[in-house]
Amino acid sequence: MNPFTYARLTDLSSAIAAASAPGTSLLAGGTELLNWMKEGIAAPERVVDINAICELAHIELDATELRLGALARMSTVAAHPEVIRELPALSSALEKSASQQIRNMASMGGNLLQRTRCPYFRAEVELPCNKRTPGSGCAAQGGEDRTLAILGGSEQCIATHPSDAAVALAMFDAVVRVRGPKGQREVPIDEFYVLPGATPHVETVLAPGEVIVQIAVPRSSMASRSHYLKVRERASYEFALVSAAASVEREGKIIRAARIALGGVAPKPWRLRRSEPGLVGLALDDDTALHRALAPDFEAARPGNHNGFKIELAKRTAIRALQMAGGMA
Amino acid sequence: MSSADEPVESMVRLSVNGQQHALTLDNRATLLDALRERLGLTGTKKGCDRGECGACTVHIDGRRALSCLTLAVAAQGREITTIEGLSKAGALHPAQAAFIKHDAFQCGYCTSGQIMSAVACIAEGHARSEAEVAEYMSGNLCRCAAYPQIRAAVLAAARGEE
Repeated sequence: MNPFTYARLTDLSSAIAAASAPGTSLLAGGTELLNWMKEGIAAPERVVDINAICELAHIELDATELRLGALARMSTVAAHPEVIRELPALSSALEKSASQQIRNMASMGGNLLQRTRCPYFRAEVELPCNKRTPGSGCAAQGGEDRTLAILGGSEQCIATHPSDAAVALAMFDAVVRVRGPKGQREVPIDEFYVLPGATPHVETVLAPGEVIVQIAVPRSSMASRSHYLKVRERASYEFALVSAAASVEREGKIIRAARIALGGVAPKPWRLRRSEPGLVGLALDDDTALHRALAPDFEAARPGNHNGFKIELAKRTAIRALQMAGGMA
Repeated sequence: MSSADEPVESMVRLSVNGQQHALTLDNRATLLDALRERLGLTGTKKGCDRGECGACTVHIDGRRALSCLTLAVAAQGREITTIEGLSKAGALHPAQAAFIKHDAFQCGYCTSGQIMSAVACIAEGHARSEAEVAEYMSGNLCRCAAYPQIRAAVLAAARGEE
């Protein structure tokens, strides 16, 4: 690691001012930042500890939404009775993430900002990676791409986003509230992440000095009928190969409304907006019809060397998650 | 480059196992390195130094956390408990006794982290069944694969068995 100065802040405006200065990283849980520093992915000259900004840690509920402070810890949110009741897919996604030690340390804001596990990005020796060194190439394409994207990638990058919580939040149409030098703004989570395109090193719409302050999730009875299904090679403590967050309204077996977001397939959580309307009117236990109805969102799927299995696995995971959300699996 | 008058070291006050320490540390020092190298508390182990193995598990303000991913300077003002702080007046903590009784270690390298994790797991209420123990202890790897005995020890300690 490069040497850095350390300061601890207790108010948000100071944090915004600090975040605006070049060469400064904000420290929350540290579970990503410390590894980035150890691996040479990040080399800040100033580390600014924001853990004492208590106003950012609150979890609040009102008639229309659940508000998660950016500094609320993953384990606190996961175990919160109102999160469990109102947004079970989010609680589940958090509980299936990482380990309890990491969940105790890691913040909700930091969870959204975690970076890809692509082995070329994270390599201890520098390998061609446009995300890490713009213009250096993408060794993942035609390489070890088993865990990498089949949707939303580009010629420059096929990284996947590893967050489970972000997938649930995308399914719930969460809004990310950020504050910066120019004031506060709200960004729907779907628009918060930027696809790699020609600039894979740009991952979010955060401008210099902008800090995530809160994640707001709309309440609804449908949200309380949700499920998160994570498919991975180990039973626990492993990133998703493919995951799905789903919620459903049904009348008997017939779907009246459905929402599905996928993880492990794209550089950001992948909401199945093209397919969702076609699920309405189908029977929740009609696997064949459901499978056919998901086709629109997979037309653009681009399998690589070793990840083609994700296309079928994602469809089956989506269907199973929807059925579990509806209490029918 | 940091300017000459901005310090890259800090005077850090750490409260470890109820004792106060004042150390001048490079800001890059992890809590793990401070405990082991500066305070001589070598019970906490460095397995991977990247947050993946759990051998460095300690309690910070009563919750289990990874000391390899914690900056020592950021741990100032918080209560840190290490494996050395579990036994009181020479008597083993019930979790330590359970690990011995249930043969829950071989080489012993993961054991400090396992026990610290176990104590917190039980306090969290996440040790009500073998399946729950398996899930909530999954952040602690054991290369010797003592997992069945570790699960048995954690369950026994949770149930208050002698």
